Amino acid sequence: MQELAVVAFSQSDCLARAGAANEVELIMPQLQAVYAQVGIRNAQDVDFVCSGSCDYLQGAAFAFVAGVDALGAVPPIKESHVEMDAAWALYEAVLKIRMGQAESALLYGFSRSSSGDLPMVLSQQLDPYYLAPLWVDSISLAALQARLLLEAGLASEQDMAEVVVRSRRNARDNPHARLRGDLSIEALLAEDMFVSPLRRADCAPVADGAAAMIICTVARAREWGVPYAVLSGIDHRIETHNLGMRDLTDSPSTRLAARAAGVAEGPVEVAELYAPFSHQEIILARALELGPDTRVNPSGGVLAGNLMMASGLSRVGEVFRRIVAGDARRGVAHATSGPCLQHNLVAVLESAS
Amino acid sequence: MSAADILSRDFELGFTYTRSTGPVVGRFLTDLRERRIVGNRASDGRVIVPPMEYDPVTAEALTDFVQVAECGAIVSWCWVTQPRAAHPLDEPFAWAMIRLDGADVPLIHCVAAGAETELATGARVRAVWAEQTRGFISDIRYFELVQGAS
Repeated sequence: MQELAVVAFSQSDCLARAGAANEVELIMPQLQAVYAQVGIRNAQDVDFVCSGSCDYLQGAAFAFVAGVDALGAVPPIKESHVEMDAAWALYEAVLKIRMGQAESALLYGFSRSSSGDLPMVLSQQLDPYYLAPLWVDSISLAALQARLLLEAGLASEQDMAEVVVRSRRNARDNPHARLRGDLSIEALLAEDMFVSPLRRADCAPVADGAAAMIICTVARAREWGVPYAVLSGIDHRIETHNLGMRDLTDSPSTRLAARAAGVAEGPVEVAELYAPFSHQEIILARALELGPDTRVNPSGGVLAGNLMMASGLSRVGEVFRRIVAGDARRGVAHATSGPCLQHNLVAVLESAS
Repeated sequence: MSAADILSRDFELGFTYTRSTGPVVGRFLTDLRERRIVGNRASDGRVIVPPMEYDPVTAEALTDFVQVAECGAIVSWCWVTQPRAAHPLDEPFAWAMIRLDGADVPLIHCVAAGAETELATGARVRAVWAEQTRGFISDIRYFELVQGAS
C-alpha cells in the first residue's frame, strides 16, 4: 500500500466574528499558505481537492459551492466535498490516493458560525421527528452527557476544570487561539453554571475561520523536497443517532477507530483531541488509552478556539507541525462530529524515518 | 475612513417539503395524538421509546410495538437558566433523559420545574399534554415532576 505523507498545513486565527468576510476570503489565505509551503502555484498542481463545510451554518442549500471559488473555477479540477469537518475530507483524499487515482490532494475546511446561533442550528441536524422539533441544543446534550459522567463517578468538576486550565495555558503559545491565559481551578469552579453541570469555560468558544492541508504519497513528498510526517493510519466509526441507546460515558466508536488506525502500535507522544466540551476530553483520553507520557492538546485544543468544520483537520495539522518540528516522533489526531461524540475519526502520524 | 455598511436580511431556515413518516415513526406520532406513548422492542429485547425503524446493532427492522406509561424516572438532566427563543419553555427549565415505565431506553424531552434544586437524577416525572395534539413530539408539552413520589 502507498505510504502517505502530510506535507503542509495552515490555519486561520479563531475569530469570534469574521465580520463581512465571505467564505472565499476566509479560505484563500490558508490555500496560499499551503501552496507556499510545498512550492506549488495553485490547485492545478495537485491531483484532487476535497473540502469540508456545513450548509446549515450558512443557512442555504449548496452554500459550499461558493467556497470552490477560492480554488479558481477554470480550468476544471477533480473536486469533492463532505458535509462534515474537513478531517473527513482528509479521509476521502486518503481513499482516493490509496486507490491510485491521485498522488496528491488539497483539503480545506471553513465556516462562519457567527452568522447564526450555533447550538440551535446544530439542533436542526438531530433526528427530524423526535429531537429537532424540540430545539434541544448541542450544549444541553453535552450537559446531559457530563452529568452521566459525573454521577457515575468517572470524572469530577475538578477534573473538568483541570482540562480547561491546561487548554488555556497551552494556548498561550498558539497565535490562532481565541482564549488563552492562566486560570486557576478554584476561580473556574467559583463561576456560575451555564447549562448545569457545564460552565461557560467547559464549552469550546465557537469561531469563524478556515484551515487547509496538503497530503501526498511519500514518493511525491520526496520529489517536492519538503519535510513531511507519515500518515500511518486513519479510521472513523459512528454510533447510533439514538442518544438513549449509547453509553455516553464512553466512546466505543473512538476505541474501534483507534484500533483500526493502529494507535497502540507505538508510543503516543502527543495527542490532539477534538473535545468541544471539557468532559469529552476525559472520555476520549480513556477511549484512546492515553497514558501519562502523552502530551494532550499542546495547541490548547478547541477549548481555546473551535473552528467549526475545520477543527478536526486542524488537530491533524497540529500533530503534523510538531512532528516536522522535531517536537514529537509519533502522535495521534482525533476529530469528532455529531452530538455527544457520536462520530469519531482517529489518525496516527509518525516522523519520516 | 468610515466602517463599511454590512448588508443583512432576515432568512428563515426550514424544510420546504413534507414527508411521510412511515409505519414506525408514524405509529408513534399517531399514538401521541391519542395521548398514548408507544415504543418498540430492539433485537436484544430492550424497549426503545420513541421507537426506532431499525436496530442500531443488528440493522434488523423493528416491528414489535409496546405501549409504555406516560410517567417515568430521570436518568440525566441539565438546567437551562437562559432559555433560547426557540426552546419549548420560556422560563428556566431542564432537559432530561427520561426512562418511562415499561421502557428500557430513555427519551429526551424537557422538564418544567420551579428551580434547579427541585431536579434530581431518579426523580419521577409525568407527561403534560398539549391542549390540541397534532401528531408531533411536542404533543407532550413537557414533563412535570411528580411531587413526593421519588
